[in-house]
Amino acid sequence: MKRVIVSSEPISAEVALAGLSDLGGGAVSSFTGISRDDGGVTAIELEHYCGMTEASLLRLIDEAFARWALLGAAIVHRVGRVAVGEQVVVVGAASRHRADALEATAFLIDRLKTDAPFWKKEHYSDGTSVWVDAKATDNDRSARWT
Amino acid sequence: MRLVYFAAVREAIGIAFEDLDLPTHLRTIEDAIDWLAAQSSGHALAFQDKARLRFALDQEMVPADSALGDAGELAIFPPVTGG
Repeated sequence: MKRVIVSSEPISAEVALAGLSDLGGGAVSSFTGISRDDGGVTAIELEHYCGMTEASLLRLIDEAFARWALLGAAIVHRVGRVAVGEQVVVVGAASRHRADALEATAFLIDRLKTDAPFWKKEHYSDGTSVWVDAKATDNDRSARWT
Repeated sequence: MRLVYFAAVREAIGIAFEDLDLPTHLRTIEDAIDWLAAQSSGHALAFQDKARLRFALDQEMVPADSALGDAGELAIFPPVTGG
């Protein structure tokens, strides 16, 4: 099972991961990213490259399937305006044993951060907004998997 | 060629995409950026810090020295920040 969804409506881990536990494996691992209040942030806004986004996420899943013994994987990513506290991204993987699912989950979120064409803007309570800078630590984490 | 802009690059130029006939002597993405930067003050502003630009040719991420070839779409954007 391979699932990629880019949604302008609220997402939930429960829906994103539905079915992963019914694939006959013994392990499901997941990561959920949540919009957080970094010093007065009221919402974030996510822009993406429609078409390339879906293709790049599916390619990450294909790569994960090639590297680990997976039964299923899912990436669900929110776009548009996301209020603080709402889910931004859910990544999940299912496998027979836990190591494959755990490592694949880390791979998927680490590489998503550097490879998938999303851009995040923070909106503040005083009405200002700022595009978020890419983090060197994200590049380091992603590079672990190459 | 269709030029597609995202995030701060899109805001600086003021449009999401444009279809332009690039001069045929432009060989690489870097060549195209230098030419585009001379087209308007918005383009110049968007492309002033070239080290912070990333590119996709026909929706594949590629480095700045890549040949334009016969690609139909060049996207120009800041480093990605999803997740």
